[in-house]
Amino acid sequence: MQRRQSSKTPKQPLQGHHKNQTDLSAWRKGGRIDPEKSIQNHQTPDRQKNDRQQDSLEQALCYFEKVQERVSLKKNSVLQKHLATVESVALQRGLPPEGFEVLLNVALSGKFGDTVNTCLLKSLVPASVIPESSIISSVSWLCVGKCSGNIQLLFLKWLITVFDFIDHKEQIHALYGFFFSFLQDEKMCPYVCHLLYLLTRKENGESGMQSHLQALLSLYKLFCPELVTITLPGKMKTYFKNSEGPWKAAISAIRRRSQGNSPLSQPLFLGTAQPQSRKRKWNTQLFIPASSANRNNLEQDRGKKHVDLYGTNKSFPVEQLQTFPQLLENIHRLELPSQMGSVLTNPLLLHYMNCIKDESVYLRLNYWMGQTLQEECTWCVADNQYEDEFKDFLETVYKTECFLQEGFSSCEEFLYKSLPLWDGFCCRSQILRLVSWIPLGSFSEMKSHLYDPLAQLFFTSSLYFKCSVLESLKELLQNWLNWHVIHLDSASDPQVCSLNTTLSGLVNVVAELIQFVGWISTVALRLENNPTFLLYFILDFYETVCDMYLRYSLPLLIMPPAGVFYPALLSMDSVSLNQLCYIMYRYRTNLVAAKENEQSKKKILQFKFSSQTYQEYNQYIIAMVGCLWTSTAFQKDIHPQGLHMDEELLKKTAMQEFKTSFNIVYHPAMMGYAVLFLQQAWPDDTTFNFSLIKGKKWNWYLEYLYAQGLKGLKLFIESSINRVSQASCSKAENTQA
Amino acid sequence: ARRAGGPFANPEERKLSLLDPQRIAFLLRKQWTLYSVTPLYRFSNAHLRNYSRLLSAFIAAERQKGWAVEVGVELDIKVAVSSLPDLKGSDQDHAAILVELFSRSPASQKTSEEKLIWSGWFCSVCGDDFFENMPEDFTCLPLFLTNGAESYTAIVGSWFQKTFDCCFHRLAISPLNLSWMAAMWTGCKVDKTASAMELIFSVPGLLQPLDISYAIHPEDAKALWDTVQKTPGEITQEEVDIFMDCLYSHFHRHFKIRLSAAKLVKVSTAIASAHCDGIIKVSLGPEIGVLAVVWTGRLLCPLAETQA
Repeated sequence: MQRRQSSKTPKQPLQGHHKNQTDLSAWRKGGRIDPEKSIQNHQTPDRQKNDRQQDSLEQALCYFEKVQERVSLKKNSVLQKHLATVESVALQRGLPPEGFEVLLNVALSGKFGDTVNTCLLKSLVPASVIPESSIISSVSWLCVGKCSGNIQLLFLKWLITVFDFIDHKEQIHALYGFFFSFLQDEKMCPYVCHLLYLLTRKENGESGMQSHLQALLSLYKLFCPELVTITLPGKMKTYFKNSEGPWKAAISAIRRRSQGNSPLSQPLFLGTAQPQSRKRKWNTQLFIPASSANRNNLEQDRGKKHVDLYGTNKSFPVEQLQTFPQLLENIHRLELPSQMGSVLTNPLLLHYMNCIKDESVYLRLNYWMGQTLQEECTWCVADNQYEDEFKDFLETVYKTECFLQEGFSSCEEFLYKSLPLWDGFCCRSQILRLVSWIPLGSFSEMKSHLYDPLAQLFFTSSLYFKCSVLESLKELLQNWLNWHVIHLDSASDPQVCSLNTTLSGLVNVVAELIQFVGWISTVALRLENNPTFLLYFILDFYETVCDMYLRYSLPLLIMPPAGVFYPALLSMDSVSLNQLCYIMYRYRTNLVAAKENEQSKKKILQFKFSSQTYQEYNQYIIAMVGCLWTSTAFQKDIHPQGLHMDEELLKKTAMQEFKTSFNIVYHPAMMGYAVLFLQQAWPDDTTFNFSLIKGKKWNWYLEYLYAQGLKGLKLFIESSINRVSQASCSKAENTQA
Repeated sequence: ARRAGGPFANPEERKLSLLDPQRIAFLLRKQWTLYSVTPLYRFSNAHLRNYSRLLSAFIAAERQKGWAVEVGVELDIKVAVSSLPDLKGSDQDHAAILVELFSRSPASQKTSEEKLIWSGWFCSVCGDDFFENMPEDFTCLPLFLTNGAESYTAIVGSWFQKTFDCCFHRLAISPLNLSWMAAMWTGCKVDKTASAMELIFSVPGLLQPLDISYAIHPEDAKALWDTVQKTPGEITQEEVDIFMDCLYSHFHRHFKIRLSAAKLVKVSTAIASAHCDGIIKVSLGPEIGVLAVVWTGRLLCPLAETQA
């Protein structure tokens, strides 16, 4: 539920969300996660089995790497065992990238007989990608000619089948001439043609009429018509025999298996070749498009002015964008992908989006996202059972919002439409996280679209749900405040000056959010009977609220309602009490700073805190000091919903020492500390005489409490209680701001 | 309540009725599957010929996956992308775009005999000022209707998605909209020999699917509608509700079945039929047929709009 841990120490604005942005490893496109690790993570039940397999695969690879002389298969049980391991792992999960170099080197070096080599080649099923380097070394083995013709053929067939799985192809392209020389071999010719067909680019256009040669020539002709003078039959036919061999089925089986685990985390390196594993109607599958440049459009626009890019052939195709330095080098001539939705899975393009100010980019993304969200929403569309896919999609959208530090309008619209229909269960954490990125809006809109449906769910759902909602509303508040801080400097920006983003508009919207949270918190504490867990989330929210003036430069402070303040003050738990002390200390600091600014008139203040805020603060501080310190809460508390009680009435309770019952010694949240303190101070006394804690001991006790980590209490006492003399213990004056 | 003008209520629609029957005959007597489409990015009417070429190359490439395809050469499937400037709901609307696929049989290549195998058209019949806010570079054609094999729909749709960064989704027709269509079509004048109006309901919560078909003589339906409709040329939600309630209570009187508890899945009249899965068919034409399409489009347009 929680994105990150909340800390007691004051936080800097913007701190949390950077997490997604500073992950340097994510800069590599496509998130090439180690397939071994990701598979293991997804198959926890099979984990042990996988670990065992992993170990034996490593042993096998080690063996094949070190094997020196030619060994015969029949006599060697070790070889048989390792071979079997490689085969079974390959067919079940596919081989990791690092396995290919080792196995290809062995298979093509002629160390073993053809049976072993064939078996090894057939096992070369990739789990994710195949490193280019392994192909390069294989080609050099091929040139040496150590292996038989059959193995050479099998290797070429394999290379054709797995061509799309090779991570880079630059160096392979450099070997174009080597492949070309293999054309002379009659048996290899068709396969080499096929390979060249895959490898040929426009610049390769230079070079008996069999169909495979024809195909290659037709490609040459397409790219460089002036070099190929012969006429080729115009009709399409099958030029290459099916060279998919034994690998195709294994590859798709492995892809299906791992895809089942997590559809979106799959690297999208195969672009358009997404398998249609499920039988759904066209276009009803949730699917984030891969980034690809839009050539059609460019060609079409050749006449227009912005097509100079194409004419001068200088634009940088988005497919080639792999690293952050590349982005920096080519940022001025980067082509946007044809389908803007693809940026969701491409962190590099997200960086790019962050720097461009082209409205159409966001519009395209929003149109696509809006429709996809609406169509795939599992509770809005009947008969939609693809909840996991939708969940992953929401997760991706949320991560993108964190990355861009900005909510999408399509997502906001989707939330407004779907929240009234939501059961509060389906995709819960994803939906609540998305709520935290709702942009600032007008109150009437927020009330009817967000607060009302959320309140309805809030009151009728579990404690855990309530805490999740509070957490996400805290994030929402922080995001708004961060937005405000960032835009404070760029106030001249015309975008910022829209109606609801003026300072007074912002103050009103923020105030309304805080009041809403105050209201639901009060009700929730009553409904749930004041559990500490809930109180923690509520006070966590107020930790942001109490510091808005100083930390976010927002001229607004709102005190928690009595329904939150008193349950925290009288809580049975020292954590809540300590949290409350910290919050009250921050309120004080903020209010004092505001007052100082007001008096010194350093700035012309548009806004002044109302006297009511100071009054409320003072009422609370009187109650708190009366409780914890001066033992006068029952007499002095002047809050209408406070602790004030008639002396007569208190006497009727027959409680002795009722006056002191909430001071730092007797308070139910503190008594545990007092007991431990007594045990340490008077180890022989078993009567637990709390009244011993006074005078010098009172100060010791305070030090003891501070040492126990009650930092909030320390800050509160040191700031809000003006201790006349260090020696006198009971009489202290409270300062009023 | 929703309120809308009826057939021939405003000059635009009278203009529509003067459409060249030849140009719109293609849309009659065919089943159209409905899709909603988000605004097309950088679509231009000036490049329709280019689009035809690129799309036919794309189709060839999709069909022969992996092999290079030259743009512009004669291929087995010819694509025609054309504009239907008359087919729109109002002057603000973008002209409809028709996409047709023809197959060229290898034998008759010389005789250039072409057979229509698939067609689809994008249209905008909403006539709202919604489009005035459409930013530059975007074209709003929120309704896409297809007739033909879904495999071609998928290829054509993918090409549009990739080229104009738009996205397609099947458009279902809600029971509420179906009842609107029932009322609307009932109100249109037709021959005495016209076929019956039929409403099909599906009964929820049963193990075996059960459909109830309710056929009404078109003249009876018209007579009922005439008593319900207050202002000729205008329909309100209230009137539609009353009309349907009357039909339901009549059915209840005879069969003791409350149709209001079942789901309306299909409406068919002499003019047109519509299924909740988002399939419509216009039978009569051309004038009334086109109107029916425009009407259907306008009913569905708010859906497409909100999704856009």
